[in-house]
Amino acid sequence: MTATTTSTPTTGDDDHEPESPHPHKPAAGDPFDHDTLPTPPGATATLLRSLLAPMKARVTVTTLLLLLQQAAVQVGPLLVAYAIDRAVPAFRKDDHGPLIAVGAGYLLCALLSGGLQYAFIGASARVNQDVLLDLRGRIFRHAQALSIDFHERYTSGRLISRSTTDIEALRELLSEGLQELITVVLSFVYISAMLLWLDLGLGAVAVASFVPLYLLVRVYQRRAVRVYAVRSTAIARVIVKFVETMNGIRPVRAFRREDVNDADFRVLNQQHERSNGDALLEMARYVTGSRLVANTAVAVIVLWGATRVADGTLELGVLAAAVLYLRRLYDPIDRLGMFLNSYQSAAASLEKIAGLLAQTPSVPEPSTPVQLPELETDQPGREVVFDGVRFAYRTGGEVLPVFDLTLPAGQTVAVVGSTGAGKSTLAKLLARFYDPSDGRVLLDGVDLRELSAPELRRGVVMVTQEAFLFSGTVAENIAIGRPDAPREEIERAAKAIGAHDFISALPDGYDTDVRKRGGRISAGQRQLVAFARALLADPAVLILDEATSSLDVPGEQAVQRAMSTVLRGRTAVVIAHRLSTVEIAHRVLVMEHGRVVEDGTPAELIAGTGRFADLHRAWRDSLA
Amino acid sequence: MTTTPASAEDHPDRSAVRTLARLWPYVRPVRVRLFAAAGVAVVASCTGLVFPLVLKWMVDGPVADRDTAGVWLGALYLLLLGIAEAVLFGLRRWLVARPLSRVEAEMRADLYRHLQRLPVSFHDRWPSGQLLSRGTTDLMLLRMFLAFPLTFLLVNGVTILVGVIIMLLQDWTLGLVILGPAVPVIVMCVIFEQRYAHVARLAQDQVGDLTTVVEESVLGIRIIKGFGRHRTQARAFRDLSRTLRGTELRKAQLLATIWGVIVTLPELALGAALVVGTVQVADGGLSAGTLVAFLSTALALRWPVESIGFLLAMSQEAATATERYFEVMDETPEAEAPLGAAPQRGAGLYRYAAPPRGATSPHGPAPDNDGIRFSSVSFRYPDAPPDSPPTLDRIDLHIKPGESMALVGATGTGKTTLTALVPRLHEVTSGQITLDGKDITAMPRETLRALVAVAFEEPTLFSASVGENVLMGAEEGAGQPELERALAVAQADFTHALPQGTDTQVGEQGLSLSGGQRQRLALARAVVGKPRFLVLDDPLSALDVHTEAAVEAALRQVLADTTALIVAHRPSTVLLADRVALLSDGRITAVGTHQELLRTNAEYTHLMSGAEHQGDER
Repeated sequence: MTATTTSTPTTGDDDHEPESPHPHKPAAGDPFDHDTLPTPPGATATLLRSLLAPMKARVTVTTLLLLLQQAAVQVGPLLVAYAIDRAVPAFRKDDHGPLIAVGAGYLLCALLSGGLQYAFIGASARVNQDVLLDLRGRIFRHAQALSIDFHERYTSGRLISRSTTDIEALRELLSEGLQELITVVLSFVYISAMLLWLDLGLGAVAVASFVPLYLLVRVYQRRAVRVYAVRSTAIARVIVKFVETMNGIRPVRAFRREDVNDADFRVLNQQHERSNGDALLEMARYVTGSRLVANTAVAVIVLWGATRVADGTLELGVLAAAVLYLRRLYDPIDRLGMFLNSYQSAAASLEKIAGLLAQTPSVPEPSTPVQLPELETDQPGREVVFDGVRFAYRTGGEVLPVFDLTLPAGQTVAVVGSTGAGKSTLAKLLARFYDPSDGRVLLDGVDLRELSAPELRRGVVMVTQEAFLFSGTVAENIAIGRPDAPREEIERAAKAIGAHDFISALPDGYDTDVRKRGGRISAGQRQLVAFARALLADPAVLILDEATSSLDVPGEQAVQRAMSTVLRGRTAVVIAHRLSTVEIAHRVLVMEHGRVVEDGTPAELIAGTGRFADLHRAWRDSLA
Repeated sequence: MTTTPASAEDHPDRSAVRTLARLWPYVRPVRVRLFAAAGVAVVASCTGLVFPLVLKWMVDGPVADRDTAGVWLGALYLLLLGIAEAVLFGLRRWLVARPLSRVEAEMRADLYRHLQRLPVSFHDRWPSGQLLSRGTTDLMLLRMFLAFPLTFLLVNGVTILVGVIIMLLQDWTLGLVILGPAVPVIVMCVIFEQRYAHVARLAQDQVGDLTTVVEESVLGIRIIKGFGRHRTQARAFRDLSRTLRGTELRKAQLLATIWGVIVTLPELALGAALVVGTVQVADGGLSAGTLVAFLSTALALRWPVESIGFLLAMSQEAATATERYFEVMDETPEAEAPLGAAPQRGAGLYRYAAPPRGATSPHGPAPDNDGIRFSSVSFRYPDAPPDSPPTLDRIDLHIKPGESMALVGATGTGKTTLTALVPRLHEVTSGQITLDGKDITAMPRETLRALVAVAFEEPTLFSASVGENVLMGAEEGAGQPELERALAVAQADFTHALPQGTDTQVGEQGLSLSGGQRQRLALARAVVGKPRFLVLDDPLSALDVHTEAAVEAALRQVLADTTALIVAHRPSTVLLADRVALLSDGRITAVGTHQELLRTNAEYTHLMSGAEHQGDER
């Protein structure tokens, strides 16, 4: 078994365009069915502003550098005009001054444009990287702050693509597109100004050519939006298929899906190929059109200019400079098209990111956190009270009708019942993965909502069925329970839970990287590591939600032993299908349809005639 | 925390050209269009160089002679040249648009096909994120490389050459002045290329690592929240993203340097040429028209020269992408059995001839009704250290036809590994497994996997309807009756209560189901095809007691006439089987009925009831 698989095959990408229909989903109107969450109007702009605001000064400096750089670049043809019209006649009169000025001027321009270019690239890279660093961090922290119910509905694939592909789109825009745009705009402005200054008439013709160019850009942009939307939907489908296949490679192989998958993938891939080709052709049309306009304008300007030079109403040098400028003027039009493309995709990505960041955590941290009261006895457990608690999903569906429940400090409570009876919801409320719709959950009299995150986790820790291992060593994985724990305590926790033997047998023992050679760890072993984590965390209240499902009987017993020794005195809530786990409980709650239908000590319930007695009898029989 | 099995350090030196040459098999089918496009681009680019010549002719001829008709003629030439240039550039793009999309798609399809057929152990090592980035970003980089740098390095090279020749012909002293910086620029470019390649690869790998942290922090969110560790996780993320920022800034620094050089040096040469040219014009040794033409030629060469920097950078990134792509493509896929259809490797493009479905019917009369037999089977993970003990050591086990055998053993003794050997998800290191007397390595995998159905410990559902997910396990043509029967066995009647019944979409893009629900569907998938051999890996672990009892009752009927291997942790699951095999430290130490082993084997009693036993624990 690989150490990296999780119980949910969810590493994927799901980049659906906002308007793309979701053909397979029930039309419930749930925004989570679509990739884009409801974004408040202007959220994207606000996000951009807030990203750039802290580096206003540096953005200004960077822009200034580019402004000066372009100025230095654009002086060249002017010097050519000056050389032809002034320096040549002056030189003939043995006046070397103008020529020296031209030489010096050109030297200066060359050095300036190179040096400024160097400075600009460095400065803009720093700005870009800092914006990206900031945004990456924001997405990451925000995703971590959002509550479990958000994560349950917003698939992990989407969340991952927010911080990867969407960031990448923005990176492209920032690192290439934006500089491109500013350069294009600047050179348009500079060159038009120069042309107008050189000769009003020639300049006017050049400026007039902007009108058809502008129209071309508009038409292109409108058509490109459509093509690119199709393309991004197509690639998203390809990605989903790809990731799903790779993550489910075992069943793919075992059920001989390879050929069927190849066929499915070919269809998706071809759709992408077609839209990709369409996008490239759109670009080809734009480039041809804009070149035609530009070259026609050049021909017209040369015709008019040359006629006037022939008339003697225009100097030759001016015409030369104008022609040199014109070539430069129309050079960046192609690149403008490319900028538009990267802008389109970055804008779409940014909107998705803004939508994610606009989500408010439904389980917020308190603004004025309260400390848990000092423990009065030497017993580490704390009392848990569900006070008039009711829980319903935001979409409707009541899971737990109003109930009251008190778990005295130090009690081990087993919760049993069939799937969907509300056991896990009870546990999640106690771990504050959810907040109750009504009522309060109290830990030693303090509402969970008033506790800071670290304080809450000193109080309550939950171990779930999915024993996910992070990359890193086994020791690091256990230390998640308490990052500052010394090695002896990590090993003690592992020993207490019966995980020491298998960990020592790994190639590098506790220092074995779980993703590297020989680091294969079975599902049961992963659950033991998860327990060691909980043991190390040493909370006042421990919740085990199906945490022993992959353990064998001895493993389960080790866990029970640990609970009666190391964890003695803690308040514990144990949810288990296996009744063997229930035997160590002081108290059993049987749940049905969100209600507690039986409540008593195991002995009382077994002796009775209720559901638990039935369950227990069936289980006993299976052991016989 | 590098998750890339092959990191930058493994490739200190390699030729970008040689790496990129590996793309040839994919480019070959579109070579005509690609070469034509390059040819067109060269012509178009050179058309641009004729502009200044027409200009020179106009300045020195009609303009100087005040010949209006001549001026008009010149302008007409310019217009025609302009139209030609625009059309040619458009033609170039049109020529390559579809073919290059096809190359990208072909490469992606090949990658997908190849990955599906790589051994499972390969997928254990490679996170899917790393594979995905090869199938998307890297391939897009390659398409862009074929569209731009490849063509334009040629086009710009030719353009520069032609331009220089034109300039030398017009005035060789000025030409030499302009050529001056060529050598230093080339040297700088070569140095830059090497350094940039290294940093680019580093950045790509660091992005991969960062993605891994993001992935894990999302997948492990319950643990992070359960222990309140989001700050630790955020710190790890911040450190990695800062490292990446550092690398990106180093990349930018290199880029800035090469840009600085590429902008400054030619500009200096141009300035020098202007001064020298002006002197010559003043001396009367050079016509004004020639100087104008010369300078505009030099300026027309500015973009071709400047662009070399980023074209080289793009080529470098493309080389890295190629390398990353072939890293995966060079892995050897599962070799097919001798009588099966072997993958034909033609021109680097894989074509798998699928053996005809149902060539060997799983329900046909078996030549030798022998069940599953493990003969002295040993297994060691291919990436395990050579001195470590094998995971499975000389396993001998015989499961008679129609018999079901439970496999019991302590956590981590290799039960799951053993089950993976039967459908050949992993290959035995030594020994032999036979199904009805036939060596599994002698039959095509396709046939083998049609004979054996598996339910995995981690039930994976695909983005498809419930019905499709289950019927995956059946022969083609299976329909509603088979589906209903399988759902009934797995007690998966909850599917009828889903919004669209068994047509409801599940998986990543559909409804998310609970672990128990997914497990039941995976079980239904395993039994739907009435397979001759069934392998179940702890199939009931996530079910509650009631459901488990109901599934067991239904499963018993299926198992009555199926040869099955069932990994079991609980007595209740063991009781499904006729006999039990005890796996201990990679060896089968006991085989017998549940009752026999309970009586005679202390380790087994310990595993089943938890009662302590003396002596040989491990």
